[in-house]
Amino acid sequence: MKKLHAISWAALLLCASGAAFAQDKNVKIGNLNDMSSLYADLGGPGSTLAAQMAIEDSGLTAKGWKIEVIGADHQNKPDIGSNIARQWYDVDKVDVIVDTPNSGVALAVAAVTKDKNGVFINSGAASSDLTGKACTPNTVHWTYDTYALANTTGKAVVKAGGDSWFFLTADYAFGHALERDTEAVVLANSGKVLGKVRHPLNTSDFSSFLLQAQSSKAKIVGLANAGGDTTNSIKQASEFGITSGGQKLAALLLFITDVHALGLNVAQGLSFTESFYWDMNDQTRAFADRFSKRMKNGAKPSMVQAGVYAGVLHYLKALEALGGNPHDGAKVVAKMKEMPTDDPLFGKGQIRADGRKIHPVYLFEVKKPSESKGPWDYYKLIATTPANEAFRPLAESECPLVKK
Amino acid sequence: MFGVSTQALFGQLLLGLINGSFYALLSLGLAVIFGMLNIINFAHGALYMMGAFCAYFLLNWAGVGYWGALLLAPLIVGAIGVVIERTMLQWLSGLDHLYGLLLTFGLALIIQGLFQNTFGSSGMPYAIPKELTGGQNLGFMFLPNYRAWVVAFSLVICLGTWFIIERTKLGAYLRAATENPGLVRAMGINVPRMITLTYGAGVALAALAGVLAAPINQVRPLMGADLIIIVFAVVVIGGMGSIMGSILTGFLLGLVEGLTKVFYPEASSTVIFVVMTVVLLVKPAGLFGRSA
Repeated sequence: MKKLHAISWAALLLCASGAAFAQDKNVKIGNLNDMSSLYADLGGPGSTLAAQMAIEDSGLTAKGWKIEVIGADHQNKPDIGSNIARQWYDVDKVDVIVDTPNSGVALAVAAVTKDKNGVFINSGAASSDLTGKACTPNTVHWTYDTYALANTTGKAVVKAGGDSWFFLTADYAFGHALERDTEAVVLANSGKVLGKVRHPLNTSDFSSFLLQAQSSKAKIVGLANAGGDTTNSIKQASEFGITSGGQKLAALLLFITDVHALGLNVAQGLSFTESFYWDMNDQTRAFADRFSKRMKNGAKPSMVQAGVYAGVLHYLKALEALGGNPHDGAKVVAKMKEMPTDDPLFGKGQIRADGRKIHPVYLFEVKKPSESKGPWDYYKLIATTPANEAFRPLAESECPLVKK
Repeated sequence: MFGVSTQALFGQLLLGLINGSFYALLSLGLAVIFGMLNIINFAHGALYMMGAFCAYFLLNWAGVGYWGALLLAPLIVGAIGVVIERTMLQWLSGLDHLYGLLLTFGLALIIQGLFQNTFGSSGMPYAIPKELTGGQNLGFMFLPNYRAWVVAFSLVICLGTWFIIERTKLGAYLRAATENPGLVRAMGINVPRMITLTYGAGVALAALAGVLAAPINQVRPLMGADLIIIVFAVVVIGGMGSIMGSILTGFLLGLVEGLTKVFYPEASSTVIFVVMTVVLLVKPAGLFGRSA
């Protein structure tokens, strides 16, 4: 009897360890996005498509992996976003959440992801806090951040003589972070800030704010907003004679979908920072072609959508290296940081200890209508900031994960 | 005053007036429809957006510019309004307000969803007509010619509509038909047709506002959804169905909002609702409304 007991215990242990060694190759990706409002074109359904293309290009499905992607609308509300994230992790067994524009929502989702030990690959949100004081072992911030925007556009503008600023800031986490990071750059380069005004998210009329900017007599009106807010402020700035009156606009964050929506007549001459443009080289053009063929309106990918593609691709590579088992988020992210990144859109790079993905960042200028050869041919490259200079140095990081 | 120069203050007041002219034009259409049909037209924002899109299509598909659109877009969208009234709204006459509200709200969601699905959310550019580009330096602010035109034009339209309804025979029939449709019909007047045309006219006013807004904002599927709640607040504050009330309140609230943008910009999107709450507490029928 005693012998039988021992044998059954041994058998049970064997089974248990067998289960632990079996490789789980089911992956569920959740694209949490603004699907219907001012950021829907730069992320939205296009990000779901980008994630889908990354799955196809990873070649894992041919090797027997089961990978699916689902999408949801966070409506730019942090409470709705974190509820969806919680439900995705608890009920729908989502392994990784991608994109999530709107820094307010992204910061909330990062916290939920850490609690649930999932993975959060952010592409759309800008706040540099995601890899600063709010960094977690489960977050990777892929495409760009407010520090890089300030460091590239802000510095270039101040150096070109734009030493007095007035900020038009979207009144939530993203706008505040962008204003803070840009102000620091302006002051560090011996410029000054003459004033600022904070407008509610998704405002359609900017005339009052622009008038305040005009009467401040600042040389530069810095737009610390994004998406529809930026396009409306640019359009109305030209209406109110801001640009013809000698003041200059600095669009601190502008996406190709915004330029497309504005039209080159209004947008020409604006300079701004992005980390991806579809017309950079053969690889980016090939991807953009495939992407726009599958988009309903034939749009080219924004840098946010490109970041989703590259982020998911690298995530899947890390999973393959681990042999599966996507459920321990911190472990997967650690593997992502350990492996150097290499993808057709951003080239070679790495993910730092704080979760910040590093790559070069570009200063572009919008072409004149006469220089553009057709729809989506919009940018001229002005300058490149190398990867190691573009983002906040680790030495200055407030992230607790960074050893000092 | 309070650290704000009088210069800036005048500028903001003028801007408030400009925004107010949009509120007035839109709430006027709503008030006309509510006054005559007893329908709370939640589709008004979507129809306003269709007016802007109509101007865009006319320009890019038919080569009809801004001035043509100013006439054609209200007619086209107004005709769509007539179809909506004939096929859907007329079946709701005599029922509770709530049914009209629900039907038009659903309609608005469907229309906006379709446009968004087809055209994305960032919208399309629409240029200011050549004749109205540039602006005047008023000393205290730079006034774009186009905005000045918007104020003048919508004032004319608002007063014209008020005049037709309050001071003409047609208007008298309309007002009588809402009071006692049976009696007016007995006098040989086709009441259902009059109601249909009234809805069409209210819709045309929304579309007109849409054409006026197209060069200022992007032509976006959600441009009406963003505005409609504010416009409803305007109508409620003015007194549901009161024509003059909605015009005056429209301009007034534009001013209040403009001032908020100077003194505490963060509250500019909520100040109208604060006003609404206060007004409803003090005067439940609205500023110009008759108590039921």
